[in-house]
Amino acid sequence: MAGEFQQQALALAAQQTVTPWLSDLRAQGSLSWQAHAWPTRKTEAWRYTSLLPVENEQWQLCDIAASNTLSDETLAEFIELDAYRLVFVNGRLNSELSSALPAEMVTFADANAAQQVLIKQHLGQIADQQTHLFAALNSSWLHEGVLLHVAANQRLDKPVYVVHVNDQGDAKAVNARVLVVLETGAEATLLEHYFSTSTVDRGWTNALTECVVGANASLKHYRINLESEQALHTGGVHVRLNQDARFNGFTLANGSRLKRIDYHLKHLGSGSDVQLNGIYLPRKQQRVDYHTCVEHCVPHCTTNETFRGVIADSAKAVFNGRIHIHQDAQKTLAEMSNRNLLTSDQAQVNTKPELEIYADDVRCAHGATVSQLNDEALFYLTSRGVSEAEARVMLSFGFVNELVEGVELDVLRHWLRPRIAHMFGQNDQLTRHIIHE
Amino acid sequence: MLTIKDLCASVEDKEIIKKLSLDVKPGEIHAIMGPNGAGKSTLGNVLAGRPGYEATSGSIEFKGQDLLELDPEIRAREGLFLAFQYPVEIPGVSNMELLKAAVDARRSHAGQSELSAIDFMKMAREACKAVGLDQSFLKRGVNEGFSGGEKKRNEIMQMMLMEPSLCILDETDSGLDIDALQVVAKGVNAMRADDRSFIVVTHYQRLLDYIVPDFVHVLANGRIVKSGDKSLALELEAKGYSWLEDEVA
Repeated sequence: MAGEFQQQALALAAQQTVTPWLSDLRAQGSLSWQAHAWPTRKTEAWRYTSLLPVENEQWQLCDIAASNTLSDETLAEFIELDAYRLVFVNGRLNSELSSALPAEMVTFADANAAQQVLIKQHLGQIADQQTHLFAALNSSWLHEGVLLHVAANQRLDKPVYVVHVNDQGDAKAVNARVLVVLETGAEATLLEHYFSTSTVDRGWTNALTECVVGANASLKHYRINLESEQALHTGGVHVRLNQDARFNGFTLANGSRLKRIDYHLKHLGSGSDVQLNGIYLPRKQQRVDYHTCVEHCVPHCTTNETFRGVIADSAKAVFNGRIHIHQDAQKTLAEMSNRNLLTSDQAQVNTKPELEIYADDVRCAHGATVSQLNDEALFYLTSRGVSEAEARVMLSFGFVNELVEGVELDVLRHWLRPRIAHMFGQNDQLTRHIIHE
Repeated sequence: MLTIKDLCASVEDKEIIKKLSLDVKPGEIHAIMGPNGAGKSTLGNVLAGRPGYEATSGSIEFKGQDLLELDPEIRAREGLFLAFQYPVEIPGVSNMELLKAAVDARRSHAGQSELSAIDFMKMAREACKAVGLDQSFLKRGVNEGFSGGEKKRNEIMQMMLMEPSLCILDETDSGLDIDALQVVAKGVNAMRADDRSFIVVTHYQRLLDYIVPDFVHVLANGRIVKSGDKSLALELEAKGYSWLEDEVA
């Protein structure tokens, strides 16, 4: 059954042609994909998340030509950012909605000889396709993609905003791929935004982002996943950090029938630093699953990871955060915290923070909590005349507010506030006191 | 304003208040004193409607309504305010958000229009100044990382903004040094009005040097065992509570 699904996925790949210089990579991806034993409930990485929603569909590749007519409502969901914007509609680049690209950016299809060399050098090398099932699939489906390459000591003058909008009511699969290469001392900001135009979107997006952060380079990375409840998403962000490199990441996701996002970061040069914050907010029957892994391979690196989740109704969340300190990684400073708020009796979370330490001179801490709304706080607010319904919304929002406030990109922070608030309280009466600037 | 008749109240099935009666008229300040464990804080919590604090018999009438029938938020909107003994910290919800929500709720309940953000901000800044808190406290999480004194001042600031008709101060003076106590008292005294009443619950007579009560009641073992004017407080200070407990026993 599962093997059948793996074959079916490969058959889809065959329907699409790819530029010849990427075909080797595709072939490698296909081999890795086929070599994976299909996960079962006993497979640790998929223990709490069922793949049945992908297995049970007859997927087609998206064959719709990119539509130029997104509704005003959809366009209003774009983050109004002064940025280099690339818009993919159902996986296809929509040039009308995209801005002119700077020299630092190119789509794989338009890459020149030097860029092709660079892409071939890194693509598929950062994400471990033997470990990450859907990274392998992404390579085997390789088609469209974007390269962001910033030369040494340069700073890209504007953020890069990559939008994926889906509006398919049937089982169409979309493959998304981004490669970021920052040379020594380079700086860039990348915002990835995935959403559906309507609640009927039943598409599946498999999105893979690979980043190389060069020595003393700095990447700010934001990933916003707010698709429809019926849409499926399997995605990964894979990062290599060289000496003194910095990665500052933020991620937000609602839930859907299947939503799995992997972060895998490797400290490969001493002095590198990772800051990673995440928020997940599944409700109704939604599912969301974050797996993060940070590997410290060398001494003197730092990691600070904070994930918070508010799980409502009958939703289920998974957080599996792993920090792996290799034998040589002395003087590591690593902290990971995961806090969860369950706002209903049916809500569930499976949280598993893991530290694996093979070096003896390190400072590491990790913790996870699962709690319900604080009765004392609830009474305090109601004793001030606030309705219980509004108090619940305020407290739920308050639980993640610190991470929202920590978003450096002003426009994004202002954009997030009302959207997150509306996930807790669907009417304006309940959210008006937390939406302000 | 408030009429409590033969109130009995329990917490976790343990009877704490036993047949307590109290009548508070508009404009009056009543001090309730008593030893630890007498039921002073329970009384405040029952009045504010804290879940788990259950009135088992008797009645409480507040401004002509059956108080026990009202949810906590309605009591607050009707003008009942409890300044907590131990205000809870709520990280992530800013003081400003809470204050605006509170004042909006109170005003719209009274049929008044809500204040604009600018007018409200002005009012909040003034209240902040009146209780000697820096304006940065408005942006901080509710009571988050506040010192004991700052929490108490914050309670008084909320009280000033909500303009309640019945203010219950639950050991607001405990843990305060005299400077902070004077700030709190000044805030309370500035709010004294013919149509506003206060119930000041305290363990120490010192507060009453600054907030002068019309009546002093001694609560022991869940009931009021003695009432008098402010001189009773001085007597208690001199003699302690044990003679009263003996008298009752």
